[in-house]
Amino acid sequence: MRHIIAVLLENEAGALSRVAGLFSARGYNIESLTVAPTDDPTLSRMTLVTRGNDEIVEQIKKQLNKLIDTVKLLDLSEGPHIEREMMMVKVRAEREAREELKRLADIFRAHIIDVTDTSYVIELTGATNKLDAFIDALPDGSIIEVVRSGPTGIARGEKGLNL
Amino acid sequence: MALTGAESDGANVTAAGVELSGAEIVVQALLDEGVEYAFGYPGGAVLHIYDALFKKGGVKHILVRHEQAAAHAADGYARSTGKCGVCLVTSGPGATNAVTGIATAYMDSIPMVVLTGQVPTPFIGSDAFQEVDTVGITRPCVKHNFLVKDVKDLAVTIRKAFYIATTGRPGPVVVDIPKDVTDPNVKVPYVYPRDIRMRSYNPVERGHLGQIRRAVDLMLEAKRPVFYTGGGVVLGEGSAPLTDLVRATGFPITSTLMGLGAFPGTDDQFLGMLGMHGTYEANMAMHETDVLIAVGARFDDRVTGKIEHFCPHAKIVHIDVDPSSIAKNVKVDVPIVGQVASVLSDMLRLYQERASGAQKTLLADWWAKIAEWRRVDCLRYDQGAEAAIKPQFAVETLYKATQGELYLASDVGQHQMFAAQFHPFDKPRRWINSGGLGTMGYGLPAAIGAQLAHPEAQVACISGDASILMCIQELATCSQYALPIKVMLLNNGYMGMVRQWQELFYESRYSHSYVDALPDFVKLAESFGHVGMRIERPGDLEDAVRDAFAMKDRFVFMDVLVDPTENVYPMIAAGKGHHEMQLSPSLSERELA
Ligand SMILES: Cc1cc2nc3c(=O)[nH]c(=O)nc-3n(C[C@H](O)[C@H](O)[C@H](O)COP(=O)(O)OP(=O)(O)OC[C@H]3O[C@@H](n4cnc5c(N)ncnc54)[C@H](O)[C@@H]3O)c2cc1C
Ligand SMILES: Cc1ncc(C[n+]2csc(CCOP(=O)(O)OP(=O)(O)O)c2C)c(N)n1
Repeated sequence: MRHIIAVLLENEAGALSRVAGLFSARGYNIESLTVAPTDDPTLSRMTLVTRGNDEIVEQIKKQLNKLIDTVKLLDLSEGPHIEREMMMVKVRAEREAREELKRLADIFRAHIIDVTDTSYVIELTGATNKLDAFIDALPDGSIIEVVRSGPTGIARGEKGLNL
Repeated sequence: MALTGAESDGANVTAAGVELSGAEIVVQALLDEGVEYAFGYPGGAVLHIYDALFKKGGVKHILVRHEQAAAHAADGYARSTGKCGVCLVTSGPGATNAVTGIATAYMDSIPMVVLTGQVPTPFIGSDAFQEVDTVGITRPCVKHNFLVKDVKDLAVTIRKAFYIATTGRPGPVVVDIPKDVTDPNVKVPYVYPRDIRMRSYNPVERGHLGQIRRAVDLMLEAKRPVFYTGGGVVLGEGSAPLTDLVRATGFPITSTLMGLGAFPGTDDQFLGMLGMHGTYEANMAMHETDVLIAVGARFDDRVTGKIEHFCPHAKIVHIDVDPSSIAKNVKVDVPIVGQVASVLSDMLRLYQERASGAQKTLLADWWAKIAEWRRVDCLRYDQGAEAAIKPQFAVETLYKATQGELYLASDVGQHQMFAAQFHPFDKPRRWINSGGLGTMGYGLPAAIGAQLAHPEAQVACISGDASILMCIQELATCSQYALPIKVMLLNNGYMGMVRQWQELFYESRYSHSYVDALPDFVKLAESFGHVGMRIERPGDLEDAVRDAFAMKDRFVFMDVLVDPTENVYPMIAAGKGHHEMQLSPSLSERELA
């Protein structure tokens, strides 16, 4: 099963490589990993998407928790949560395709954030499958470049993952 | 490195306020930590520290002859005392040489702090002379590591290193110190925090009482219970509560290689070691048990055999301080996260509250079954008077000569297994060997650490002709510090353990397992100023061993020529279960019926 795990880490040099090293050393699957400092500059928050059966995911969580730099960990998939990923797509946009692409962007609530005579950069935020659907919906051959942030997530409700 | 997440109790400090250089801070911090010995080897990046050691003294520095041995000696010191081992090596090759020793300690959860020199901070990343990414290289084989970039962080980082190394599940911690951080001309106020708290690291102490109660429920109902105990009992000083609990319950107990001595090996309730080279009775009991109580053991593949066949009838209780050890390889019914000593004490109390007077009589059938298995006498061997010395006989002779009053370090191979099988240990911390990594070359330097820690005690190292050559340079260290270690070399002219596998699984194709061109070990020992002995006949062995131990202040190297064809049995081959042991061919089929 797919799990999305949020980890609060000490914002120390090397903390990220400990996580990456753990996954490669133990042969765990890692689909995506994003990390950035939080409002508290001494803490980083990492969101990690992995797949595995229950036993493996349990081990992954235990091993992550065991890292000395890990402050807290939450498996967002265990409860109601919101997932968002950000994507920017550079597409060929010429003549009649320009209107078509603009309509498509509107339908997906995406924004066109850069324009040239021949191209758009479209920004879209949403759940991973929405981003996938947008890519599928783009006309064949129109994509020049895609960049995705990898999912981040937050639990629903008033409780927060903090100290 | 910022001080994030760590609070130190400012009121509780030593030498507060004195201005010290980084090099002096290293030495002072070791003193404040109560460190007795540092095992090390100098080099450019640590010269400031060595100079501070020279000027300041206090910490006794033991100069080994290879950095691998520094780590092993610190490890042997730690295993034999329970205290944190310390080593000090230079950057680059000093650090890489130490890696084998660090990984050895990591696999067996040994508390150790390794101080490594590093090139000056402005040079980091420039492929400077003797630069390696020590933090990167050691990351997968340490509990944690630090690179100290500012002298102001040095004292608190060293304190954290000791704290992390010795608490929770112990393990090695590397502190990488760039040379400029130890600059003798840069002084900062020295504060060594006695208490340290880290918001990201909170090791568990007590076990959950509800879980312990559930375990006791199972124990009270059990018809065929077994304790399966491991290195965690030794590491967590759980020997006394374990012994009390095992005696109170009357259950049989078996131990991993790493747990030997936590429960008295000569006690009737002890079934011997389990696993690949465990006893018939221990492994059969594992196969038949209905309630398995695993204590500080990690269900290693050498112990479980094929997982599908592991304890097929049992409910499993697992006590471990590291949650990631629990249910890693085997599903567990009652997980208990906590320190062995406190959990076992709670367990004993709850058990005694509820056990009836007749509890032990429930076990009569089980013990009768075990007695049958014991009658197989799975460790039997024949030592003909005229035949070559059997390695088993040599180990038994060693035990007889010292009456078990011994710290025994071992290398890796058949001799290690024979020692585990034939030398019972009645006390913890007496058996010092590399189990998880299985590092040849471990024995002699580990014995150095143990002998320094226990100067009055008898310390021996059992080794093989291949293993001993991997750290043979340490004979020099032993003569420099006049360490009266006794080496018993079981010299079979082979990498015996490798030869055994080739005999059994590769149709006796002995590919590169013959140890050609062995030195004359007697002369070799003598050349370092030690006593050398060669023992070739079984009849000479006992006197020779006694003579060796009678030389109380001499290092004695006993080169014992043993039967080169002997194999270690019982043996569970790869992919087999506990009930599928291969026994010594000299035990006839009839005896197994
Ligand atoms: C040639 C060779 C042959 C071998 N054959 C065998 C064999 O036949 N049988 C055998 O048993 N081994 C054998 N081994 C050793 C084997 O490889 C493992 O090292 C060993 O089985 C592991 O022992 P353990 O389970 O006790 O774990 P250890 O490595 O000692 O781990 C200790 C466990 O206790 C936990 N722990 C630590 N401190 C505490 C505490 N304070 N409180 C609670 N828990 C704690 C840790 O988290 C860990 O899970 C062999 C090794 C070699 C080199
Ligand atoms: C550093 C290292 N290299 C290789 C091995 C693989 N290995 C395990 S046992 C063994 C042979 C040990 O031979 P010896 O020391 O003579 O002991 P014996 O088995 O003969 O008692 C080898 C090569 C190892 N454990 N460690």
